[in-house]
Amino acid sequence: MSVPTPGQTAGPFFGLSLPYGAGPELVPPGDPRAVRLHGRVLDGAGDPVPDALLELWQPDPSGAVVQQAGSLHRDGWTFTGWGRAATDAAGQWSFSTLAPGPVRPGAVPFFALTVFARGLLDRLWTRIYLPGSADALAADPLLAALPPERSRTLVAVVAPGGFAHDIVLQGPDETVFLDTRR
Amino acid sequence: MPDTAPPGDTQATISAEIAAIAAAYDGRSGPGPLLDYPPYRSSGLRHPALPPVAVDPDGVELTAPVFGPQDVDPGEADLTAQHPGEPIGERMVVTGRITDASGRPVTGQLVELWQANAAGRYAHGRDRHPAPLDPNFTGTGRCLTDVEGRYRFVTVKPGPYPWRNHRNAWRPAHLHFSLFGTDFTERLITQMYFPGDPLLPLDPIYQSIPDSAGREALLAAYDHSVTSPEWATGYRWDIVLTGPRRTWTES
Repeated sequence: MSVPTPGQTAGPFFGLSLPYGAGPELVPPGDPRAVRLHGRVLDGAGDPVPDALLELWQPDPSGAVVQQAGSLHRDGWTFTGWGRAATDAAGQWSFSTLAPGPVRPGAVPFFALTVFARGLLDRLWTRIYLPGSADALAADPLLAALPPERSRTLVAVVAPGGFAHDIVLQGPDETVFLDTRR
Repeated sequence: MPDTAPPGDTQATISAEIAAIAAAYDGRSGPGPLLDYPPYRSSGLRHPALPPVAVDPDGVELTAPVFGPQDVDPGEADLTAQHPGEPIGERMVVTGRITDASGRPVTGQLVELWQANAAGRYAHGRDRHPAPLDPNFTGTGRCLTDVEGRYRFVTVKPGPYPWRNHRNAWRPAHLHFSLFGTDFTERLITQMYFPGDPLLPLDPIYQSIPDSAGREALLAAYDHSVTSPEWATGYRWDIVLTGPRRTWTES
């Protein structure tokens, strides 16, 4: 087996290439179905990270993975399920999207998220679950296996227009990052 | 030119830290970089202190986003043809094959590239290196892999450039690559380097990969069969995308 290609930091200049105008708009913000998913990326000192990049990958509201091309040149009608947002000078990011549905009946819906940044030597994976009752969230095997102070770092909170969620790279409120071993 | 570099750690200090971490490496962490790597100063507050939580990928994590001809113009693969004139520098072709963990080609998938110009300057507002911008070079490209998983870019060889990690810190020449695989857990951003670059042993970003086979996997190979007569030199760099901690053995 060949050696897997290692990652390296996205560095300070990914803005030259990766972010693009409609990247954070999986649906146009004016779409009546649109929800806003937003938050900050914070470092181990609690300071905002102004040079991070997030990628969102999610099912549609029915829970289906749509597998549609067109994320880079959005036609305004096709929901591709994928988006990309860079943080601003205050470490804030925002997506306009649809709420994901459960991948199977009873499953807790979540957004899959990849995190890149200057200073971060390899990408990180996490999930952002939609908020729900404690009983409902306990149906998820990952959330159920974590102590409450850790599992809450994976669950968004309801905010005007949608959901809010901070990504904390390090520290007491450090986000749970995932090892997707198989 | 006056020396305006701020005081800071010397290369000797950084190199000693790199050597100490390399000597302590037990070979167990696999081919990826260490996220907690003090010689790369910016990693200090930006690496998770807790280990990642093992999870079975589920739902969307078992698939990858899809890109198509509507997303990428074939002309985007030629970084030397984006402006009226030819960019300054050593024209080169860089090509290779992208495979997944089981050796299958990653077909029709998006590859993104960004880089400094031949003088070591990025066309980015925050790059303060006093080297010339090139009006004929932006340094960003895209392509989709073909049915055999191949990508191919035409560009110019980037220059090394100074950065402020420590006093007299210079990055080895590199291309930034952004890659998607056949599932979401294969998503990768990395850097391709050139063989024999004397800055590689000094660079804390490259050396953050403690495994020698992992470091070698980021080196392109000069390939005379890719070199085109009277036109461009050629480099080959193959990419293997896997999840983060799949078991692997050195071949």
